[in-house]
Amino acid sequence: MSYYFGLAMRSLRRNRMLTALMVLTLALGIGASMTTLTVLRLLSGDPLPGKSAQLYYAQIDPYSKDEPFSRSGKMPWLMSYTDAMNLLDAHKAPRQAAIAQSQIKLIPPDARRRPFFSDGVMTTADFFTMFDVDFQYGSGWSAQDDRNAAPVVVISDYLNEQFFGGGNSVGRSLRLGDKDFRIIGVLKPWAPQPHFYALHLGGSDYGRGAAVFLPLRAARTAGMEPRNTFFYAPGDRQVLETAPVIWLGFWAELPDSSAAAAYRQFLADYVQQQIALGRFQQSHVKLSNLMTWLSDQQVVPDKVRMQTGLAFSFLAICIVNTVGLLLAKCLRRSGEIGVRRAMGASRSAIFAQFMMEAVLLGLAGGVLGFVFTEFGLWCIRQQPAEYASLVHLDGRMFAVTFGMSLAASLFAGVLPAWRACKVAPAPQLKAA
Amino acid sequence: MQIRPILATLRYHKAGTLLIALQIALTLAIVCNALFIIHQRLGQLSRPSGVDESDLLLVHNQWAGKPDADEVASMMASDLATLRNLPGVANVYATNTYPLSGEGTVFGIGHSPDKKTYTDSTAIYFVDDNALATLGLRLIAGRNFRPDEIGASSKHSKIEPDEIIITQALAHHLFPDASAVGKAVYLSRKPSIIIGVVGRMRTPWVDSSMAKWDEYSTLLPYRRLEGYTEYVIRTQPGQLDDVARRVKATLYAANRMRVISPKNGVRTFADVGAQAYNSDRGMAILMGAISLIMLTITGAGIVGLTSFWVGQRRKQIGVRRALGATQRDILSYFLTENLLIGVAGVIVGGVLAIGLNLWLMNQFEMEKLAMGYVVAGVAILLVLGQGAVLAPALRASKVPPVEATRSV
Repeated sequence: MSYYFGLAMRSLRRNRMLTALMVLTLALGIGASMTTLTVLRLLSGDPLPGKSAQLYYAQIDPYSKDEPFSRSGKMPWLMSYTDAMNLLDAHKAPRQAAIAQSQIKLIPPDARRRPFFSDGVMTTADFFTMFDVDFQYGSGWSAQDDRNAAPVVVISDYLNEQFFGGGNSVGRSLRLGDKDFRIIGVLKPWAPQPHFYALHLGGSDYGRGAAVFLPLRAARTAGMEPRNTFFYAPGDRQVLETAPVIWLGFWAELPDSSAAAAYRQFLADYVQQQIALGRFQQSHVKLSNLMTWLSDQQVVPDKVRMQTGLAFSFLAICIVNTVGLLLAKCLRRSGEIGVRRAMGASRSAIFAQFMMEAVLLGLAGGVLGFVFTEFGLWCIRQQPAEYASLVHLDGRMFAVTFGMSLAASLFAGVLPAWRACKVAPAPQLKAA
Repeated sequence: MQIRPILATLRYHKAGTLLIALQIALTLAIVCNALFIIHQRLGQLSRPSGVDESDLLLVHNQWAGKPDADEVASMMASDLATLRNLPGVANVYATNTYPLSGEGTVFGIGHSPDKKTYTDSTAIYFVDDNALATLGLRLIAGRNFRPDEIGASSKHSKIEPDEIIITQALAHHLFPDASAVGKAVYLSRKPSIIIGVVGRMRTPWVDSSMAKWDEYSTLLPYRRLEGYTEYVIRTQPGQLDDVARRVKATLYAANRMRVISPKNGVRTFADVGAQAYNSDRGMAILMGAISLIMLTITGAGIVGLTSFWVGQRRKQIGVRRALGATQRDILSYFLTENLLIGVAGVIVGGVLAIGLNLWLMNQFEMEKLAMGYVVAGVAILLVLGQGAVLAPALRASKVPPVEATRSV
């Protein structure tokens, strides 16, 4: 083994230019594909690993047949208040939550600082347990608080840091808009990427997440408005709770697929009942698992998918190029191979020797590729995209970089090594 | 030309030949499509917004303290008066959004109130009678709004304008054969009369998925009395920086019930354009860089393999030279050999390029690849191949005939 290593090193050193070219080619391909793959993984990753399989997004359709939500038959993204409350009150799932997002004016306790607007989540009590949200201090609110429109608020870790220096702020009062809310909980850092719970609710899909979480009814009583509203019929538009408007996302936690099937049936029955009441005209319903929901809604920008494709085809060209160069190199050494074979080296020994060369190339390409990847990610962090600051190479992707580089070089090395071990010793010796 | 012997030789180097051809094919397929995408993005970048972009300032003003519609109306009116009195300001109006801002409202516009029949999308701009002058839009037909026609739009109120102004592109689309002025169209359940047609005016979006209707803009005579207000300010020539420095303090001094973001609350139109196209520009640069590196690598690969072949065949070259072949013959041998491989590569590559484009059209919002790009790509790769092979081929042609007599 160490003999092959020595041979490979000597061979690589003999052709410095060629070796440098192969390493550089491989590293560029690896750097480009790892950079884009890291971004793609960040954007299309599972926001709640371990929990996402049990989370489902429910959609029903209050639009009329004449004026549908979309001409291509897509379901409305959101739900009306009436329907969301009906589903919540039916308690057909262990946990459920209705969610809207609002732009909320935050008033710093330090009166010298200017108020500013931030994203706030208006939701119902199960939100925290359902989405595995951990608390630093205090806890979430109860279903009772939901019903009573209790003026309580859960704040994010970064807001607690900013307003209260990171201390235990539970029990203190926080002014939101023109109403006072009592802080009952402070979250640990919590920002699933993408913000799956906030899709179509306005605001960003990536980033550090909402600053405050409020009971839906309390927030509405305080006059907070959802960022996104879609009116589905004419009618009085003053009060969102009764108006023909959809503005809430609806989630249910269902432990297994039979529970999901039962819940889907429940939704279908509910819609049939609403049709009978004359409220609905369309009977289709949809219950999507979290990951399905994200992929259906195409959260990952086309641009990112296109860049990843481009980078991987680039890698393919780099590999083809490396195969060609390695092949040329090893055929040039036919004479040397002939001598080694004549001295008793077996075919597998020759094969191993050339593969060892490929491994060394792969390792060198991996190191340089890692440098290129870090550079590529640094470039992406300078971009204005909302996910830009989150892009980092974690331990797993670091390992993948080397794995991919090795795989690429081994793949590139197989054909040349195969050709090398097929060299017949006699003619080579004769030619020499 | 001696093609037959070349083909015979290539048969001994199947793997190498195939690899070069494959690399040329893949590079062609990707470079063609990348160039096409770059050109599309750059085309976006260079499209005029329709607005007279110099001396324009945008202020994003968020109202604080939940004022009702009447309060917003009075604050807005006093803001407009304040801004108008600011030295260096030529004109100003309040709106919901402006071209390239990235945010805005889309309505369906069509010939009937019934949305079952096909409608087109149009961007909605809430404006007053000062908008055309402030933005520098050219009125092609009809007239501007009158001050008494400007209505109010508050939360959840119905948007049913009696009069509208549309862009020429939209007018042509709706009424291909006649003047649109005086005609009725439907944005709501009630008809709206087109009173004027302006020249070019982009929608707020630069996204390629909305490119088909990026000049379908409609101006509605409304003041938007909720949430936030955008002020569009035209300054006297050369006064832009001066006004930009003072505008925020002036507004805060007049009335503190507002939030103007320190980061991007006040922007020039040049800033707006740069931010709108930032990702397009980034994509174009990335595609360009990758294409360039691909071509370099392919070129380097050809140099590497051909050098190897030359080294391997020194003896044969020597024999040919000894038998009377000129340096030129040797040079053209290697050039022709490379050309043959290149042609094979670009034929496969051309097919791959079109296939890749079809796949991209299926996956993304993408147009059909113009044949010009394939032709250009073929030319680039063939020239690149000939260029790359030149140095090794020249070296081959310098091999002296005496080489034939040497044993190694």
